Amino acid sequence: MFENLYKNQQIQLVLGLLLGIGFGFFLQKGGVTSYDVIVGQLLLTDFTVLKLMLSAVIVGMIGLHIMKQFGWIKFHVFRGSIGSTVIGGCIFGLGFAILGFCPGTLAGAIGTGQMDALFGGAVGMLIGTGLFAHFYPAINKKFMDRGVFPVDTIPELLGIPSWIVVVVLVVLMSGFLYALEMLKL
Amino acid sequence: MITLPIMDPTAPLWSPYLAGAGIGILLCFAMLLSNRPFGCGAAFTGVAGMIESLFKGKKQVEGKDYFKEFPLRVDWQWMFVLGIIIGAFISTLLSGTFQITWVPHTFATVFGDNPLIRLITAIIGGALVGVGARWCWGCPSSHGISGIPQLSLASFVAVACMFAVGIGAGLFIFRVLV
Repeated sequence: MFENLYKNQQIQLVLGLLLGIGFGFFLQKGGVTSYDVIVGQLLLTDFTVLKLMLSAVIVGMIGLHIMKQFGWIKFHVFRGSIGSTVIGGCIFGLGFAILGFCPGTLAGAIGTGQMDALFGGAVGMLIGTGLFAHFYPAINKKFMDRGVFPVDTIPELLGIPSWIVVVVLVVLMSGFLYALEMLKL
Repeated sequence: MITLPIMDPTAPLWSPYLAGAGIGILLCFAMLLSNRPFGCGAAFTGVAGMIESLFKGKKQVEGKDYFKEFPLRVDWQWMFVLGIIIGAFISTLLSGTFQITWVPHTFATVFGDNPLIRLITAIIGGALVGVGARWCWGCPSSHGISGIPQLSLASFVAVACMFAVGIGAGLFIFRVLV
């Protein structure tokens, strides 16, 4: 819809900064820039992370699908594979439990004054992403194309229209959040 | 602007539902105005590449396959990550909760409050997160908050792996190991 806006690099840098400021603000106010809250989620004693993520997903999913229906936006979906998505996700999960942050909440944690996020987590992230970039040709050749998924999206996988998947997911996710509140988690 | 009491910027915390809904709205604006989902991992790779080029020279780093595919320049995502740091900082300034800390509470109660031990752990964990986030082309912000609303199969699988292994490893570290 805003093709000229997408091409204006200066404005895009400003938009990236403003959207980041908003995202960081909400992450902090939502409580998820805290190591204790994130580790609490992984130990299943504090469900703040899931509450925040699922509310963002519900609102985002409805908003994005309405905008797509109007032809305002295009989706950005790419094909996953066992070698990339599953192996990468599992390596990430292991690091997630040891670090206690994901890349976004790590940036937020730096802003709140958590020095272990700056001098530990961010340094580690630079090492890890740098190593990946260095060994990318070998990793790409050996892993990325192993077990490529047959389709890009859930509606394609199930062979049903997107709006049904959206409605079902909104109901399931809201129900899950309602159950969390009922159980006082 | 109407400010509801539950949206008081000076409050230390909001309901995670409210903050999450705000993030969902921001995602809609990112897709509409910037044609981009959220993401943070690639920016770290870019910074790592920039640092490496200080030592090895820009030409050699730009010649790597990865940086041919993802050119080395300050882009939207760098500004987004910088913005997250600033936004979280503003949030703690407004609520008066900004505080320099070295060892998180949960970590200290289990492993002690030696900052060096926490730093080493965070570097190891950070390196794994960095490798993993690039390996599966995403993190909880991109796959979770941006990919799942687009009903991407790869995003559902990636987030399931991240949390399943994260919960398993977390329980092992904090409940079995110590």
